[in-house]
Amino acid sequence: MTPVATTFHTPRAGHRRSMSEPPAVRWLLIGTALVFMALFLVLPLVFVFTQAFAKGIGFYFKTLNDPNAWSAIKLTLTAAAIAVPLNCVFGVAAAWAIAKFDFRGKNVLLTLIDLPFSVSPVISGLIYVLVFGAQGWLGLWLNADNPQFPALANWLNDHNFKIIFAVPGIVLATIFVTFPFVARELIPLMQAQGRTEEEAARVLGASGWQTFWRVTLPNIKWGLIYGVILCNARAMGEFGAVSVVSGKIRGQTNTIPLHIEALYDDYNFTGAFAVASLLAFLALITLGLKTWVEYKNARLNEPEISS
Amino acid sequence: MLPGFRLTLGFTLFYLGLIVLIPLGAVFWKTSTLTWAQFWQTITMPTAMASYRLTFGASFLAALVNAFFGLIVAWVLVRYEFFGKKIVDSLVDLPFALPTAVAGITLASLYAQNGWIGQLLAPLGIKVANTQIGVFIALTFIGLPFIVRTVQPILEDLDPELEEAAASLGANRWQVFWRVILPMLTPALLTGFALAFARALGEYGSVIFIAGNIPMKTQITPVIIMGELDMFDYGKATAIAVVMLVTSFVLLLSINVLQWWTNRYNTTNLA
Repeated sequence: MTPVATTFHTPRAGHRRSMSEPPAVRWLLIGTALVFMALFLVLPLVFVFTQAFAKGIGFYFKTLNDPNAWSAIKLTLTAAAIAVPLNCVFGVAAAWAIAKFDFRGKNVLLTLIDLPFSVSPVISGLIYVLVFGAQGWLGLWLNADNPQFPALANWLNDHNFKIIFAVPGIVLATIFVTFPFVARELIPLMQAQGRTEEEAARVLGASGWQTFWRVTLPNIKWGLIYGVILCNARAMGEFGAVSVVSGKIRGQTNTIPLHIEALYDDYNFTGAFAVASLLAFLALITLGLKTWVEYKNARLNEPEISS
Repeated sequence: MLPGFRLTLGFTLFYLGLIVLIPLGAVFWKTSTLTWAQFWQTITMPTAMASYRLTFGASFLAALVNAFFGLIVAWVLVRYEFFGKKIVDSLVDLPFALPTAVAGITLASLYAQNGWIGQLLAPLGIKVANTQIGVFIALTFIGLPFIVRTVQPILEDLDPELEEAAASLGANRWQVFWRVILPMLTPALLTGFALAFARALGEYGSVIFIAGNIPMKTQITPVIIMGELDMFDYGKATAIAVVMLVTSFVLLLSINVLQWWTNRYNTTNLA
């Protein structure tokens, strides 16, 4: 990088010793890091898969083939399939507004977008109970005894439409806890890229949408994929928020994490770990994809840094 | 000029309001239905007070332990070469990627008295499952990535010339670390500590299985809220939620200040 500096002086032995640690210290530090990681991260991961197959492969597939397990898998996939695309659209829109334009209150907006990350999962569920639950805002307005909107109240009653202790509440809680993921990846990325490329496209006659699809989207592709991966992992694994709004009806409103809890509470430990192994596997895929995207991204940015 | 400002900002504010701000506002609306006396009585009831002590204490200790080991992990990943380094680097994010319920039942089973680790600790008279140590272990598990991922980039960007300067002026390696490197890492370490601490305060899924949730002993604050919800006492649940929310907002504010400080250090290093 700076060859001049290294030929400037011949380092003395003492100087060289001050620039790096003695081998013993080095190995002690590597050893400490590895033992800590093995104990806290690797051991739990190995444990999940060992326990999942503790009663053999037949029991494993019997647990996963259970109707309640299937219902939980379907519900989790549904919630993620709604929450991830919505937060994706939001993330792109928010990043476009924040990165490409200047306006007052931008920092406040950035803080508000990050807000769901600093709210406890249990509270994330609680807020939707307060809005949509029987004792909440909507419940008080649409109460059968005192309907302010009689037609709507009757229609909801007739169709037995519920938000809390039902699927819509689970979807809403999932959207809330995964809200910032995509926006948070895209905003710094698009801020760093600036708007010169988009402005050039506009000058050359591209429409707004053409500019977005042909110029912006290819530029933010990896950041977007990265955000979606993290968003999806959290959407499928959320426990606290979902457990507040779900009502935990087996075969109906249990997601995969709630189904794991139900099996564990039944002392069916092997069953719980069998289902848990699905989510642990998802976590490994997430980590693998994340590493791969980071590698791709680093290679993409290399020429820019050296030029 | 680029198009789409009104559309994208409008949608952003609408979606933010609908999903985040209005529902969060409901917490303060619900609290306003309580009298001040009711509110105060709820947030100071003995089980709640015990839960604050446990939640704050265990979160603080876990973040502290993570600051120490996280710094070592970050250091080793940036400065040394060893076999399997890439895999170790990816594994640091496991607590982010692994759903909390899975982490919860795994830690509970590992540290149970007949579990892999629990049976090694039992002869020493150490019980982890269903004790406050269990809460600490779970919070340590979820906090590690916060420290590593905030310290790592700063350590990578550190200018070697500063260390060379200190070394050529006669400082030994420990002095270089203690007087030159560590002060430059301090803002990042504090930010990572605050992030891990904030996350630990609200954590639920990974803790409840190993904690056993014994009133006055191993109940964390989110469990108190959950208990009130199970009894359909939304007023009490909301009052305690307000305590947690205000705490998190204060922490969020300090984290923003810390991050600003970290970035300032970082840019002066680059310049």
